[in-house]
Amino acid sequence: MEKLPFMTIVVLIGLIVRWTVSLHSYSGAGKPPMFGDYEAQRHWQEITFNLPVKQWYFNTSDNNLKYWGLDYPPLTAYHSLLCSYVANFINPDWIALHTSRGYESQAHKLFMRTTVFIADLLIYIPAVIFYCCCLKETSTKGKIANALCILLYPGLTLIDYGHFQYNSVSLGFALWGVLGVSYGWDVLGSLAFCLALNYKQMELYHSLPFFCFLLGKCFKKGLKGKGFVLLMKLACTVVASFILCWLPFLSEREQTLQVLRRLFPVDRGLFEDKVANIWCSINIFLKIKDILPRHIQVILSFCFTFLSLLPACIKLTLQPSPRGFKFTLVSCALSFFLFSFQVHEKSILLVSLPVCLVLNEIPFISTWFLLVSTFSMLPLLLKDELLMPSAVTVMAFFIACTNSYSIFEKISEEELQLKSFSISVRKYLPNFTFLPRMIQHLFLTSVMAMVLLTLLMVTVDPPQKLPDLFPVLVCFVSCLHFLCFLVYFNIILMWDSRNRRNQKKSN
Amino acid sequence: MAALRVATGGGHWFSALALGVTLLKCLLIPTYHSTDFEVHRNWLAITHSLPLSQWYYEATSEWTLDYPPFFAWFEYVLSHVAKLFDREMLNVRNLNYSSSRTVLFQRLSVICADGLFIYAVHECCKCIDGKKASKELTEKPKFILSVLLLWNFGLIVVDHIHFQYNGFLLGLMLLSIARLFQKRDLEGAILFAVLLHFKHIFLYVAPAYGIYLLRSYCFTANKPDGSVRWNSFSLARAASLGLIVFIVSAVSLGPFLALNQLPQVFSRLFPFKRGLCHAYWAPNFWALYNAVDKLLSLIGLHDKWFGAAVRAHSPSNRDALGHLHLHTACHIGPKGFLRCLILCALSAFMFGWHVHEKAILLAILPMSLLSVGKAGDASIFLILSTTGHYSLFPLLFTAPELPIKILLMLLFTVYSISSLKMLFRNEKPLFNWMEKVYLLGLGPLEICCELIFPLTSWQPRYPFTPLLLTSVYCAVGIAYAWFRLHVSVLTNPAARRTKKQ
Repeated sequence: MEKLPFMTIVVLIGLIVRWTVSLHSYSGAGKPPMFGDYEAQRHWQEITFNLPVKQWYFNTSDNNLKYWGLDYPPLTAYHSLLCSYVANFINPDWIALHTSRGYESQAHKLFMRTTVFIADLLIYIPAVIFYCCCLKETSTKGKIANALCILLYPGLTLIDYGHFQYNSVSLGFALWGVLGVSYGWDVLGSLAFCLALNYKQMELYHSLPFFCFLLGKCFKKGLKGKGFVLLMKLACTVVASFILCWLPFLSEREQTLQVLRRLFPVDRGLFEDKVANIWCSINIFLKIKDILPRHIQVILSFCFTFLSLLPACIKLTLQPSPRGFKFTLVSCALSFFLFSFQVHEKSILLVSLPVCLVLNEIPFISTWFLLVSTFSMLPLLLKDELLMPSAVTVMAFFIACTNSYSIFEKISEEELQLKSFSISVRKYLPNFTFLPRMIQHLFLTSVMAMVLLTLLMVTVDPPQKLPDLFPVLVCFVSCLHFLCFLVYFNIILMWDSRNRRNQKKSN
Repeated sequence: MAALRVATGGGHWFSALALGVTLLKCLLIPTYHSTDFEVHRNWLAITHSLPLSQWYYEATSEWTLDYPPFFAWFEYVLSHVAKLFDREMLNVRNLNYSSSRTVLFQRLSVICADGLFIYAVHECCKCIDGKKASKELTEKPKFILSVLLLWNFGLIVVDHIHFQYNGFLLGLMLLSIARLFQKRDLEGAILFAVLLHFKHIFLYVAPAYGIYLLRSYCFTANKPDGSVRWNSFSLARAASLGLIVFIVSAVSLGPFLALNQLPQVFSRLFPFKRGLCHAYWAPNFWALYNAVDKLLSLIGLHDKWFGAAVRAHSPSNRDALGHLHLHTACHIGPKGFLRCLILCALSAFMFGWHVHEKAILLAILPMSLLSVGKAGDASIFLILSTTGHYSLFPLLFTAPELPIKILLMLLFTVYSISSLKMLFRNEKPLFNWMEKVYLLGLGPLEICCELIFPLTSWQPRYPFTPLLLTSVYCAVGIAYAWFRLHVSVLTNPAARRTKKQ
C-alpha cells in the first residue's frame, strides 16, 4: 500500500466530512438576543478590529463584557484580529462596531466556516498526519487507518464545524507539542505547547504531564550537567513565549490582572449548566453548589483534582517515556475534567485528543471512550440542531474503527493491556478471569443505553416537573463512564512496566 | 457483539464501503439543489393528485412529465410515502415548494433508491475475475471496482447535490450488464426493457443490447473460429425476447394506448423543438463545433452553408456511427458487448441531439468495469472520467458547494489514478506526457474559471466564458477518449482475424 496517495485520500475524506458538517446549523443560529458561540467569535472580531488593545478585556461603553466579553488568552484575540482584517476587506458590515450585533447571512456564515477550515488545515491536520507517519512499530496500513480514525473523530468536527469554535487551533498546537517532546525536540515542543496555552487556558489540563515529562527528562540527564542546561532552555522558552504573547498587556499591572480575571472566573461557581463531571452528578442528589460556600468549593475541587492525578504524574517524573506521557495526558485531563472548577462540556475534547493518540495501542477502549465523549455533548448538539450530522459522523467513526482495528476481536486481557493487573489480582482472587467478558457485556449495555437515551431525547418530551431530565441523565451516564475510564487508564499506567516485561517474555 | 460487528460492516469490506458512501450522502442533504428538485416534486404532485389520464397533459408547472410511464409509477409509489413527511408538496399548485421536510424526503428517497445501485455493483464485482488478485485487499480488482462505482464522483454530485435519480437507473443498467456476463441473458433483457421504460435516454445503448442478444442468445452455436453459425438460429429464443419486450412495453404504454394518448406521450418524451445544444453546452462534438463557429464569426470567416449542412446531418450521424460499432459485437462475447455499449453511449454523447452533460455518466460507469481489466482500458477510463467529471463542475455554481466539489473530485481522481497505476504497475505507464499535461491543465483551468475570472473586468461583459472554456477543454479530452476507444475496438485481435476472412 503506497503511503502518499492513501494519506492524501484520508486527508481529503477528513476535509469533506468537515466541510459538509459545516453546511449545517451553528450555535445560536437565529436566536436573539444572545445568539451563541458563533456570535461570540464574530463579536470578538468586531472588538479587536475597532477598539485599541488596552480596551479588549475591559468593560467600557464600547465593550460590554456581559455580551460575549473576551475570556480566552491573547492569542485568540490576535487570531480574531487577523480574521477581522479579512472580514473588513470583504464586507465591513460584518464587524461594524455596535451595528453588526447579531449579523447573520449566508455569505458571513461561509466566511466564518472558511476561517475554521483554514485554521484546521494549517495547524491540526498536519499535526495528525505527521504524528501518524512517525508512529513506530506500525505498518503503512496501520498508520493510514490511524490517521483516518483520528480525523474522523466526531466530537471535534461537530464542535468546531457545527457548534462553531476554534478548538483545532489549540489542540493542534498541543499535538505539535506532544510530537516535539516525544521525539526529542523538547524546546520546539514546549514552544508549541505554550502557544496552545496562550490560545485557550483550558490547555492547562495538559500542562502537568508536559511539566512532569520534561522535568523527568531533565532528571534523567542529570541535574548537574545536560539536564540543567535543558531545564534552563525550557524555562527561557516558556517565559519568552509568554512575554511575547502577553506583551501588550504587561505594561500595566491592572491590564494583566484584568486578563487573568477574565480567564479564570472564580466567581462563576463550581459548574455552570449541565456537564458530565462529578460535581454536577453529585448535585443531583446533594445540592453542594448551594450548601458549600464558594471558597470551600474551590478548595474541594482543587484537592480532588490533584489527588486523582498525583500518582500518574509522579510515575511520569520518575520514569519519563513517550508512551507513559500519552497515557498520563489522558489520565490528567480526565481528572481535571471530572473534578475541576467551572468545567464546560466541550472540555472533554481535551481528553479526547490524548485518547486519539493511544487509539492504535488500545483500540477497543479508546473507540468506546471517544463514542461516549461525543455522546456526553449530545444535549449541546441537539440544541444546535445538529442531530443528523452527529448521527452520521458517529456512525462513520464507528465503522472506520471497527474496520481498521477489528476492535471486536481485540478484547483479550493482553489486548486491553490488563494482563499484569489481572495477574496481580489473581494472587488474591484466583477466579478473576471474567474481565474480558465483563467488559464485552458492559460495552453492549453502554451502547444500548446511549442509543436509547438519544432516541428518547429526540422523540419524547420530558415530564413537566423535570424539564432537564434527559440532559441530566446523559451527563450522569457519561460521568459514570468517565469514572470507570479514569480507573482503567490509571491501572494501565501503574502496571505499565510490568506489562512491558510480560510482553517481552511472551514475545 | 456479532450483530454489532455486522451492523458496522466489520465483517466485509463491501458493506463498509457502501455504508460509508451512504453516510456521506446523508451529510449532503442540506446542500444546494437545482430545478430538478422542483421537477420531481411536481411529478410527485401530478402522479398523486391527478388521475392517469391527466399525467401527460398536466402543464401548470413548466416542468412537465417527460419520462416514460414506469418512472411516473415510481413517483406515484414515492408520493404515498411523501404524504407522511409533508402533504403540501403533493399539491400541484405549490410551485417551488421546498420545506425542510420536503427536502429531507426527496433526498432520502434518492439515497434509498441507491440501494439498487449498491446491489448492482455487488453483482458486477462477481463478474470480475481475480486472476491478478494479490493478497492485499486494496490491490484486488474487485475492491478497486467497488470504490470506482460506489464512490463515483459524478454520480454523488449529480444525484445527491444537483438532485436526480440516476443511481438506481444506472444500477438497473449495471445489473442487466452483470446478468449478461453471468449468461443469464433473459434476465438481462427484461431488466433493460424495464430500464428503457424508466428513462428513454437509454435508447442510446439499445442497439448494443439488440445486436448482442441477437448474436449470442438467438444464435446458439459458433463456428470454431468464433464467428456465427447462421443455421443455429433459435426461433423460440428470438420469440421469447420479442415477447419480453412486448409485455414490458404493453404494461408501460398499454394504459395510455387505451386512452389514445400515445402521440402526446411521445411528444413529451422526444421534444425535438428544444434545439441542438442544451442551455449549457455538454462537452461534445457540438461544443467544439460551436466554439469553432463562434471563432470563425469573430474573425469574419463565417460560412452560412457550413452550419446548415451539419445541422441537417446530425440525427443521422448518430445512427451511422452506431452501426459502425455494432458489427464488432458480432464477434466477441460479453466483454465485446460492454465495449460496444460504452461506444454507443459515448458516441451518442458526442453527436447526439440536445445532450445533457450528465449523460456522460452513461459512458463512465460501464467503463469502470473495463478499467480494472486491461491497462489500455484503464488509461482511457481515467481520461474519460477525469474530464467527464470536471465537465460537471458548472452544475454546482454556488459558493458553499465549491470546496465539496473540488475535494470530492480530488478524492476520486487521486484514488482512481493511484489504484489503477498500482494494479497495472508491471505494464507500461498509463499516461504519455501529452495526456499528463492535459489532465494537469484541469487545475489551472479551474482556478482561472472560478477564482480569477469573477474578479476580472470581463465578467459582466462575457459571463459565459468560463462555461465555454470548460466545455471546449473537456470536449477535447472526451473526444480523445472516444477516438482511443474506437481504435481499441477496431484493432482488437479477434476482429482482425474475422476481417481477414
